Amino acid sequence: MAMSNIGRPTQPQAGGAATAHASLTGARGLLQDEALIFEMDGWDKTGVDFEPPSQDASDLGDLVRTAPIGLPGLSEPEAMRHFVRLSQKNHAIDLALYPLGSCTMKHNPRLNEKMARLAGFGDLHPMSPLSTTQGALELMDRLAHWLKTLTGMPAVALSPKAGAHGELCGLLAIKAAHEAKGQGHRRLVLVPTSAHGTNPATAAFVGYDVAEIAQTPDGRVDLADLATKLSPDVAAIMVTNPNTCGLFERDIIEIANLTHAAGAYFYCDGANFNAIVGRVRPGDLGVDAMHINLHKTFSTPHGGGGPGAGPVVLSAALAPYAPTPWVVSSGEGFKLVEEAQDEAAATFGRMVAFHGQMGMFVRAYAYMLSHGTDGLRQVAEDAVLNANYIKAKLSPVMTPAFPDGPCMHEALFDDSWLEGTGVTTLDFAKAMIDEGFHPMTMYFPLVVHGAMLIEPTETESKQELDRFCHALTLLAQAAKAGDVERFTGAPYLAPMRRLDETLAARKPRLTWRPEPTTVAPAPMAAE
Amino acid sequence: MRYLPLTPADRTEMLGVIGAATIDDLFVDVPAAARKADLFDLPLHAGEMEVERELAALAAKNRPAGAGPFFCGAGAYKHHVPATVDHIIQRSEFLTSYTPYQPEIAQGTLQVLFEFQTQVAALTGLDVANASMYDGSTACAEAVMMAQRVTRRKKAVLSGGLHPHYAAVTQTIAHAEGMDITRQAVAIDAEAAVLSAIDAETACVVVQTPNVFGVVTDVSKIAEAAHAAGALLIVVTTEAVSYGLLKSPGEMGADIAVGEGQSIGVGLNYGGPYIGLFAAREKFVRQMPGRLCGQTVDADGARGFVLTLSTREQHIRREKATSNICTNSGLCALAFTIHMTLLGERGLRQLAALNHSRARELREALAAVPGVEILSPRFFNEFAIRVPGKAADVVEVLLADGVVAGVPFSRLDPKAGMDDVLLVAATETTTRDDIAAFAKALKGRAA
Repeated sequence: MAMSNIGRPTQPQAGGAATAHASLTGARGLLQDEALIFEMDGWDKTGVDFEPPSQDASDLGDLVRTAPIGLPGLSEPEAMRHFVRLSQKNHAIDLALYPLGSCTMKHNPRLNEKMARLAGFGDLHPMSPLSTTQGALELMDRLAHWLKTLTGMPAVALSPKAGAHGELCGLLAIKAAHEAKGQGHRRLVLVPTSAHGTNPATAAFVGYDVAEIAQTPDGRVDLADLATKLSPDVAAIMVTNPNTCGLFERDIIEIANLTHAAGAYFYCDGANFNAIVGRVRPGDLGVDAMHINLHKTFSTPHGGGGPGAGPVVLSAALAPYAPTPWVVSSGEGFKLVEEAQDEAAATFGRMVAFHGQMGMFVRAYAYMLSHGTDGLRQVAEDAVLNANYIKAKLSPVMTPAFPDGPCMHEALFDDSWLEGTGVTTLDFAKAMIDEGFHPMTMYFPLVVHGAMLIEPTETESKQELDRFCHALTLLAQAAKAGDVERFTGAPYLAPMRRLDETLAARKPRLTWRPEPTTVAPAPMAAE
Repeated sequence: MRYLPLTPADRTEMLGVIGAATIDDLFVDVPAAARKADLFDLPLHAGEMEVERELAALAAKNRPAGAGPFFCGAGAYKHHVPATVDHIIQRSEFLTSYTPYQPEIAQGTLQVLFEFQTQVAALTGLDVANASMYDGSTACAEAVMMAQRVTRRKKAVLSGGLHPHYAAVTQTIAHAEGMDITRQAVAIDAEAAVLSAIDAETACVVVQTPNVFGVVTDVSKIAEAAHAAGALLIVVTTEAVSYGLLKSPGEMGADIAVGEGQSIGVGLNYGGPYIGLFAAREKFVRQMPGRLCGQTVDADGARGFVLTLSTREQHIRREKATSNICTNSGLCALAFTIHMTLLGERGLRQLAALNHSRARELREALAAVPGVEILSPRFFNEFAIRVPGKAADVVEVLLADGVVAGVPFSRLDPKAGMDDVLLVAATETTTRDDIAAFAKALKGRAA
C-alpha cells in the first residue's frame, strides 16, 4: 500500500546537497544497474513450457551435442523485468526530437505495426504455394506502383534489405549493363567527397575503384571537376540528392547529362528522398538507379539499427538486369519471376533468400495510404520548412556551413563558432544529452569542419522545435561564456557518463566470459 | 493529417521567421523543369479505418501458416514465439531508436547486442559473433568474402546441399568481386563430395548442416581437409533451433558459422525481415563484416557497452571497409535474444528435442503411405521425400484438403531435375492431428 503521509513532512529537508551523488548500489534512481543475463544464475532456468518429446534422438548417434552450450534462461517475470529495465536506458523518437542528420528519425505510426502483424502477413511462409499468398504479392505489386509513380521511374527491385544493400543492387545492375554492352572494362566509380561511407564501400565491394569528385564552395558537386574525371573508364557516378550537406544539387540535370554522354550511369543515393517526395521525381533528373530507404522516408521503425528495406528504382536502361524475384500479374493472378525463367534472362542474379522485407513493405504501404499523394507532398514541405526554421533560429548563435539560400530537410552547421571556447563538436553534442536531446549527426559530412547535421523531420511540432532551439541556444551561450566543464565532462545526467571507446577497441571484449571468481555453468545432461 | 503536427498558422509564422514568402521559395534550387506543381496520380490521404480495411482485405487473401496443417520449411520455419517477445520489441525505446552511436543513451540496445553476440557465439561454438546481418543468405555471401580476405585466395567451393537461394546470393555477390565459385551438383547427401574439390587455391568450403534436404552431417573431416589445404570451413545453418540438439559448427572445426535466426523470436513475415547470424574464430575478428558491440567503462568507471572495431566499417574506412553493411537487423536481434533468454539452455534443448521428435513421427506417418519414399537418411526437423508425380502438383492437390504439404524442391531449383522431391518440416507447432491429416490426404490423393 502507499505510504500514509498524514502528519509526516513531505518537503525536502533543508541543507541537502544540491548536486547529485553516487548511489551505494550503482543504480541511478529508478534506473537499475542491470546485470547481464549471464550473471543472473539462470543456468538451469527456463521461461517456456513444453510437453516432453515422444521420441528420442537415438537415430542421430554422435551428431548430438553433449557439451553444455552456456546459455542462461530466465523465467517470464525475470525476463520481462530485465528487458524493460534495459529499454529505459535508451533514447527514442517517441521521447523527443531525434535530430540525426541523414537518418530521418520520424514518428513511426503504430497502425503500421498492427498491419504487419495481421496473420495474413506476419504468419505467412515465403514458400507457401503462390495460390495461398496472392494478397501478399498484390501488396508488393501496389507498393511497386507507388514507388515507381513517386519517383517517375519505370521499374523497381524490391528485394534489397537496406540502403547499402540497395546501393549494391544498383551497382550490380550497372555492372551487368556495362558487361552486356561490351563495356565491362569500365573500372571506376566517381563519388563526391561528401558522400555517405556506404557509397565508396559499396563500389569497392563490387570490385570498382573509387575516385572522388570535388565540391564547390557552396556545397555542390563541382561540374568542372566532374567533367575532367569522366572518362571511358568510368562506370558510374554516385551522388546523393538532396546531398549530405542538406542542399539540392542545382546542376543535377547537367550532372546526369555529362555522365550519360561519357557512357556512364547515374546512381542516386536516395537516403534524403524525404525532402522531395511528392514534389520532385528523380526520373525527371536523369537518374538511372536510386535506392529508397523505407525506414527513412516511409517511416518503418529503425529498431535500434534495423531491419530496414532498400528498394531500388531503375531506369529503362537498367531494368532488364534487375535482381530476381519480382512480381508480375497475369490473368491468373500474381506470380513471382525467378532466375531460371525466360523473363529474367538478363538478371544479374539474386540478392536475398526469398523475396525481401515483406514486414517493411506492409508498414511502408500503410504509411503511403495514410498520407496519400497530398500528404506525402506535405511531408516534404514540412520537413524542409522545419529544417529551415531551425537554421534560422540557430544562426544567431551557431555558424551555418552554407548560410546563403535555403537548405532542404537538414540544417548543417560547422564548428567555427566554437573556436576558442575549448569545446568541441563532440562535447557540445554530449551536453545536448543532459538537456534531453539526442545529439545531431557529428563530423559528417567530412567536407565541413566539425560538422553538425540536424534533421528534424516533418513530424515535429513548432513547440518541440522551439524547445530544441531554446536548449541549443542556451548551450551555445554557455559554451561562449566559458562554462567548459558543462561540455567536456558531459553527459552528467544520462544513464551513463561518457564511455571509453578507445579502451573498447584496444582490448576487445565482445562476449561475456565468466570472471575467474565466478562459478562456471554447471554441465547439463542432454535431454 | 494525423502524422503532421504543423498547423497552417504555424507554417505561416515559420516562413516569416525564415524570411520566405511561400514554401516554394525553399525549393528554388530544384530545376524548374523538375518541379511538380500537381499531385501525382495516386490516392489522397486516408484515415486509420480506411487503411486498415484495405490491408485487412489483402491479408485475407493469404493463408497464414497457422490456418491448418502446415509443413513448409526450406529455410523459414513456423515456430511459436512467446507473447513476451512481441510485447518487448514494441516498446518505444527499442522500436523507435536509431543505431546506438551515442552509447550513453543507448545502453539498452547495446547491452542486448552484447548478450546477443554471446548467445550466438555459444550456440555456434565459436569465439565471437557480430551484431547481426540482414539474413542467413547474405551472411553466407559475406562469409565467403571474408574468407577471401583472410586467405587471399579466390576460389570458394559450395556444397550441393547448400540452400539454392544461399548459393545464388553468394554467386551474385562473389562474382562481382571476381571470385571463382564452384557450386557442386545438387544431391541429397552431398557434403562429403566437397572433399575432392579442395585444393591449394581454395579460400573456403561452404557446407550446410542440416542441409537443404534436412540432412545432418558431421563436418569434422571436411574441416580437417580444408585446414590441411589452408582453406576455411564455413558452416551454414538455416534452422537455428537445431543448435539445441546438434553438435555446434565450432565443435566440428568450423572457422566461420553463419545462420538464419528467424526461428528464434522473429516469425515468418513472408520471408523478411529475418536475422543473419555470423560467428567466427577470434583471430579473424578484424576481418569480420558488420557491427560489433564491446564492453568498456564510462568516466565514472562503470561498465558499459559501445559499438567497437568500427575501423572495419564503411562510415570510417569507406572503400577500404570489410563490408558496406550499415543498417542490419537490430530489432530482430532483440527478438532473438529475448526468446533465447526465455528458453535458456534447458528450454532450447527441450524445444529442439520436441522438433526432432515431431519430425520422426511425421516420417513414420509418411513412410507408411504407399508410393512415398523417405530420402533423407539423418535429419533434425525437416526431410525430403519422393512423391509419385510432380511435387508441385501434389502440393496443389493437397491444398484442397486443407493441407500445405511442404516445399517442392523444384521451386527452389527448377533445373536440378528433382521435380518429384518434396521438402517437409515439422516443429513444436505441428500436432498429431496435423500429421494424421497430411498422411491421410497424401494417401487419398497422390498415392
